[in-house]
Amino acid sequence: MATTTMTMAKALNEGLRRALEKDKKVLLMGEDIGKLGGVFRITDGLQKDFGEDRVIDAPLAESAIVGTAVGLAIRGYRTVCEMQFDGFVYPAFDQIVSQVAKLRKRSDGAYTMGLVIRLPFQGGIGAIEHHSESPEAYFAHTGGLRVVSCSTPNDAYWMIQQAIEHDDPIIFCEPKSRYWEKGEVDIDQAPNGLFDAVVRREGTDITVIGYGSTVKTILRAADTALTEGVSIEVIDARSLSPLDLEPMVRSVEKTGRFVTVHEAPHMASIGSEIVAELTQRCFYSLRAPGIRVSGYHVPYPPTRIEEDYRPTVDRVLDAVDRVMGFES
Amino acid sequence: MIDEELVQLLSPEGERVSNPDYQSTLSGDEIFGLYRDMAIIRRLCNESTSLQRQGQLALWAPIQGQEAAQIGAGRAMAPTDFSFPTYREHGIAWCRGIPPENMLRLFRAVSNGGWDPQKYRHSVPTIVLGNQALHAVGYAMGIQRDGAEEAAITFFGDGASSQGDTLEAFVWAASFNAPIVFFCQNNQWGISTPSSLQSKVPLYRRAEGFGFPGVRVDGNDVLAVYEVSKRALENARVGGGPTLIEAYTYRMGAHTTSDDPTRYRIDAEVEVWKHRDPVERVKALLAREYDIKSTAFDEVAAEADEMALQLREDVLAMSRPDPITMFDNAYATEHPLIDEGRREMIELGISPGGH
Repeated sequence: MATTTMTMAKALNEGLRRALEKDKKVLLMGEDIGKLGGVFRITDGLQKDFGEDRVIDAPLAESAIVGTAVGLAIRGYRTVCEMQFDGFVYPAFDQIVSQVAKLRKRSDGAYTMGLVIRLPFQGGIGAIEHHSESPEAYFAHTGGLRVVSCSTPNDAYWMIQQAIEHDDPIIFCEPKSRYWEKGEVDIDQAPNGLFDAVVRREGTDITVIGYGSTVKTILRAADTALTEGVSIEVIDARSLSPLDLEPMVRSVEKTGRFVTVHEAPHMASIGSEIVAELTQRCFYSLRAPGIRVSGYHVPYPPTRIEEDYRPTVDRVLDAVDRVMGFES
Repeated sequence: MIDEELVQLLSPEGERVSNPDYQSTLSGDEIFGLYRDMAIIRRLCNESTSLQRQGQLALWAPIQGQEAAQIGAGRAMAPTDFSFPTYREHGIAWCRGIPPENMLRLFRAVSNGGWDPQKYRHSVPTIVLGNQALHAVGYAMGIQRDGAEEAAITFFGDGASSQGDTLEAFVWAASFNAPIVFFCQNNQWGISTPSSLQSKVPLYRRAEGFGFPGVRVDGNDVLAVYEVSKRALENARVGGGPTLIEAYTYRMGAHTTSDDPTRYRIDAEVEVWKHRDPVERVKALLAREYDIKSTAFDEVAAEADEMALQLREDVLAMSRPDPITMFDNAYATEHPLIDEGRREMIELGISPGGH
């Protein structure tokens, strides 16, 4: 097993590089992704090595980035669209929901919408407005789309390649606050399928489920909880649509308790969906209702106070305490 | 139609008009072919309106008045070109060889598409205004990368000319010099919205601001539409970049069968355009210049009647799809919620058990 240490940003870069090498129909398109390498440098050096025809600097219009990727898909290309920030995806929302999601169906399978929309999402970088949002539920709600999120460099490296190879359109959510964190990447073998949830740490008392940035927050909370004698099983959902419920069900049947954690507000959220499914599937194993830790139902706050909006270790622990203390 | 900007090769009376930039290259037989196309598509369109009125279609979007614009452009396309239509491009679909009953599957509400777009190189109908212009530009960018001598063409109306996607498509096409033709049928009305509300300048002139040529053609003159489209497509195929064609025409009928144009436009306007009918002027030309007899026109009419009858039979035979087919092709690969939906439908007895 050949492993190497790199940041998530570098892992994505290497994953994209490998995809470009493997299949000449793979293209990248986005704003400032060429010479600059993208505002987060995810595509650093790729235009130099693969040329302007394959790593395409786009005029600044998100609907067109996605809309032309649709036409390229009809022609047999696989375009990885970079949305510069989560809050800038909405101009492309119409193309994503009305066309990307529906064209395979509308064409009775004649069109394969093999395209990936990369979305740096979630907050935690002290940015100005529209740069810290979590729009994943909008897309998870739409039939025809798939939504995934990576939380480690190894997943970033593999999931981006798996997403590009996949024949369904995929919204690929990258937790931008974790771009610069390092981890081991196994460059020989993918750790999991693209749509698998994975247990990040085993535990016995309570299951806590997150994705993207919150996985690390949950792992920290699990460290602290253990010193207080509470054993948390940590699950990284990874695939947000569809959800991989089986590992979650197995875990909750064992622990009887669970909490979900994400930065998005909880109204009609991924957490809400997990709570509904697990309540239905694990009803007789549950010893307490599931609780959602989330952002609040407000516009994303000015980032001087964003850490009071985003789920913290303390808020996760507070939810764990409430579930553990629940008396039926 | 006194308009110096307008490319016209055939007057409303069916007389040849000389133009400094374009001349008709078509033989008598070819012109008769265009006449036949227009006469048949008009007949099929009228049959479709009747089918809707009789409760056999959920909706119909008539093209009456726009036959020359569509047949002229459709016949100018090469088999290898690819078109991206709205829901009103029945004439283009006809030229691409799509069976008429397939065009009506959408309106019979048994499909959201109706044909194999890759087979006919004619995309499925796009209902959200302007979306398809970007698909066409992306497809054209693919043509460039393949080094192929092909063109993409997208159809839209004066209404869609206000959409951001259409204008983004103009930007993209210009920036990448994409092999594409933007074919705008300015039929003067977007349901009740007059084209004067969409643009304060003639639509074709917008192209200049984006950095490529725009041409206004008499959209009721099939000879002119054919030549203008042919040149724009040829120019795109050899790397000449995009062209915007504004086919100046008129929607003689309602927006759709759900619309009532008497609420927003005056009869006098419709009367003016009746005299510019696209089919009659070609008929006049053929009779005078090529000595085509009335029997030949009658034969086309009989052929069109027969096709209309066949279309009616085909539509009536289109039955309600098995509900479980809604799960087909929603995704390319296995999906748990698709499996769950299918299972539930079978368990509840909604579907006999899939296929």
